[in-house]
Amino acid sequence: MVAIVDYGVGNLFSLASSFKAVGAEVTVTSDPAVLRAAERIVLPGVGAFGDAAAKLRECGLDRVVIEEAKAGKPLLGICLGMQLLFEKSFEYGEHEGLGLIKGEIRPIADVIPADLKIPHIGWNALHFGKEKSPLFRYLNEGDHVYFVHSFYGANCAESVIATAEYGAELTAAVASGNVYGCQFHPEKSGRVGLAILRAFCEKEA
Amino acid sequence: MITKRIIPCLDVRNGRVVKGVNFEGVSDVSSPVELARYYSDNGADELVFYDITASFEGRALFTDILREVASSIFIPLTVGGGINTVEDFDRVLKCGADKVSVNSGAIRNPALIGEAAKRYGDQCVVLSVDVKRVDGDFCVFAKGGRENTGMEAIDWIRRCVDAGAGEVVVNSIDTDGVKKGFDIELLQRVCDAVSVPVIASGGAGNVAHFVELFHAIPTIDAGLAASIFHFREVAIPDLKMALKQENIPVRL
Repeated sequence: MVAIVDYGVGNLFSLASSFKAVGAEVTVTSDPAVLRAAERIVLPGVGAFGDAAAKLRECGLDRVVIEEAKAGKPLLGICLGMQLLFEKSFEYGEHEGLGLIKGEIRPIADVIPADLKIPHIGWNALHFGKEKSPLFRYLNEGDHVYFVHSFYGANCAESVIATAEYGAELTAAVASGNVYGCQFHPEKSGRVGLAILRAFCEKEA
Repeated sequence: MITKRIIPCLDVRNGRVVKGVNFEGVSDVSSPVELARYYSDNGADELVFYDITASFEGRALFTDILREVASSIFIPLTVGGGINTVEDFDRVLKCGADKVSVNSGAIRNPALIGEAAKRYGDQCVVLSVDVKRVDGDFCVFAKGGRENTGMEAIDWIRRCVDAGAGEVVVNSIDTDGVKKGFDIELLQRVCDAVSVPVIASGGAGNVAHFVELFHAIPTIDAGLAASIFHFREVAIPDLKMALKQENIPVRL
């Protein structure tokens, strides 16, 4: 069972549908007991970091996610959900994250040329570097995925498993042990995205 | 590098996909769910799903169909038609839309874009604007292209982007359905005026028109069309191969 964390931000309908499409049993939940019983946890997120982090804490699910991840349960953060895995974010102030991935979230405006549009929105190619993460086992170098973001994971070199070029090499995905994060939206990235979700579901818990 | 997006548009009335020529004389084409799945599997980078009756009949979108489309495709989905309030945003987002397109609703209530952007983020709010030349000026038309609002188009688009629209779909009524190419003059003006993604709509008749669009306006983000895709006059994989050969970045 894949449990998608429902902490009151955004629409989780597409995300749940995409897991069903790869044959996974999926539930959308805010119940700590269901999250603890699940084989895998997915942390979604849209909107601003500060609001989302506060909502996650208000419903007490931050501790559940941290504890389950530290106990070795596969965890996948998507978009803002990936950013929440980091230590902190500088989106409109300074906010503390879950601290599961070393590094911080900073504006892409800091690193890309001024003539490029923000947010970084659209389909961009993934680059894997020397070693391909098991999360991307069904992908080829240069496969395209769908991005929508204005902030990116910085100072996280040891966790980066994919980058995308947008005037700079932006962090596209991170991993640290059983904790994974995608800046892009696998649930909106066609067959390539579904292949990522399938790989995540197949990974031994 | 970000690729140029190719976006089929599904105009829906009474649960079927239709396409008007200059917004009149619509003909039934196919099922929204079938077409959406076909496009998702065949290279479309995104889908736009409009309820074309909603803006003037106040008809709510057929949310069952929307939900079915959203659960069978895994590419970004923009939904428009009959979006007049923040509650309308909520309704279609809950059915699986990723972005919501506003047209007449923003003309009637200019505060709508700002309210929706604050609640759902700029990236969620798409301004759709129907533009037609009247005595040499670009004018904004409402009600499915039937009513001249008297507003100057570039100024209106700029105001909406300032209020929080994260993307702009520019439909040229002058070139729509004529199949003689996109309205390069209008689109260039819009691209020069705003820094958010701009999607070209109206006038594509063949592959060469897309090549012309992306060569003429390097900053334009996407090309949108309906009938040429629905009637298989242009197949998206062939279109993308042709763009690639012209060194235009696309997702294959």
